[in-house]
Amino acid sequence: MNSTLQQIDIEKFRKDFPILQQKVHGKPLVYLDNAATSQTPKIVIDAIQEYYLKYNSNVHRGVHRLSQLASEAYEETREIVQDFLNANSVQEVIFTKGTTDGINLLASSIGRGLIREGDEIIISAMEHHSNIVPWQIMCEDRGAKLRVIPINDDGEIIFEAFEGLLNERTKLVSIVHTSNSLGTVNPLREIIDLAHKKGVPVLVDGAQAVPHTKIDVQDLDCDFFVFSGHKVYGPTGVGVLYGKKAWLEKLPPYQGGGDMILNVTFEKTKFNELPYKFEAGTPNIADVIGLGVALNYVQKIGYDKISAWENELMWYARNRLQEIDGLRFIGNAKHRAGAISFVIENVHPHDIGTILDREGIAVRTGHHCTQPVMQRFKVPATTRASFAFYNTKEEIDQLINALHKVIEFFA
Amino acid sequence: MIDELRELYQEVILDHNKNPKNYFHMENPTHSAEGHNPLCGDQVEVFLNVEGDVITNISFQGHGCAISKAASSVMTTVLKGKTIAEAKEWFNRYQHLVTSDMGEVVDFDAFGQLAVFAGVREFPMRVKCASLSWHTMLQALENKNEVASTE
Repeated sequence: MNSTLQQIDIEKFRKDFPILQQKVHGKPLVYLDNAATSQTPKIVIDAIQEYYLKYNSNVHRGVHRLSQLASEAYEETREIVQDFLNANSVQEVIFTKGTTDGINLLASSIGRGLIREGDEIIISAMEHHSNIVPWQIMCEDRGAKLRVIPINDDGEIIFEAFEGLLNERTKLVSIVHTSNSLGTVNPLREIIDLAHKKGVPVLVDGAQAVPHTKIDVQDLDCDFFVFSGHKVYGPTGVGVLYGKKAWLEKLPPYQGGGDMILNVTFEKTKFNELPYKFEAGTPNIADVIGLGVALNYVQKIGYDKISAWENELMWYARNRLQEIDGLRFIGNAKHRAGAISFVIENVHPHDIGTILDREGIAVRTGHHCTQPVMQRFKVPATTRASFAFYNTKEEIDQLINALHKVIEFFA
Repeated sequence: MIDELRELYQEVILDHNKNPKNYFHMENPTHSAEGHNPLCGDQVEVFLNVEGDVITNISFQGHGCAISKAASSVMTTVLKGKTIAEAKEWFNRYQHLVTSDMGEVVDFDAFGQLAVFAGVREFPMRVKCASLSWHTMLQALENKNEVASTE
């Protein structure tokens, strides 16, 4: 038995994604911008359409048939997510708009509930802006301090520096699982173990992890975990915040409104129980249902196979990219997933992006919402190719051919 | 290589990218401003020396793609010796050039060196690259102490 995907499997799976069948500028689309957003299989699109065609209705409110169907489908997704993350209970699964929304929810709630003047929050130097700015806003508001774990020249966190930053004022560690711009996979078990020894909870930004690797929040023992639907073959505008029940019970609600209450008078409101305490207002019902279908889809393929195939693609691409004159990788962590960032001497990433686009190849160019990472490596921007299980080695060959053309053009 | 790409990256643009004109930090300019394209992180600083009404010297520094660097370089060569009113008029004409419809006939002679940027029209994502230094120049002349932005 081979545990990785074979060419024949990939060809079959690619048919599940109608968008991949098209041509761009007359060339077959080579989609290597999966870290920005992954493509959506037809069954997810169908599920969303079916909701609007057949049972569009508000959840947790009506006694009528449609509302009952919508509520069931919505809550069924919560069970799918619980299973997907191996959470202890459905009460630990909060639906959000996405990773950014999840982090903002926690920053606001933890800020009001736990943080006092002089307290400290630890993040790392490879965080996405979404795991920097919400903490900066909260720290400024509460008189707290943001501390940053530095990274080495390979783009890995410096663990000893993390040990040095942890102290009795530390109230939370918020760290990315897999870096969107460097592709680094962080040693989360070690980070979480050490933080817990000091009694500090850990939030994991899993946006770039969930498409590539099996997540088990109980095994990781993280206190909070956030991810987005659209990076794991689901729709945009929906995401998940997982939190250990004990923490979620302790924290104050984020937004107020309908659905998150048990009883409202003008004097006092009694908040609803978990998870509804954190889900004010009518949620994104259709996309939550779509997310459930997407998570079932990837689980059916199997993470062992997905991870093995993507790892093969990753190292095949790294090897082939070395052929390109003047190419330098930004991020050389050995433990990596998803993305490869690089710069080419004397050619700006935007010019690379434009030429690749004309070859039908979609990559991301820019700072990838990680400006501190760009500053750390003293580059204004990079070109990033990022993979999904539906990518092939032939597509990587096309990327390499196109990059040879770039060099020729700007030589 | 595809024709539109040749149209976008004309030899003149590639040359200016490799060897930009007036690429230096000016000491004591009468006007200067910084421009950012927050989308891509491009950054440019434009310096002008204005005597009376005339731009006697103009230079730039920063980092950006070939289009943005060449646009800055050509802009400085075009605007040197022009009056402020002329510079503003060129700004408007150039903006029109890079954003006009592909169907619109361009009077290439009237645009001189700037005509090479007509190819940008085919690439809407790159218009900002071609415009950043021009916006920054305008900002400097208007002496607004704000960072110019293409957003």
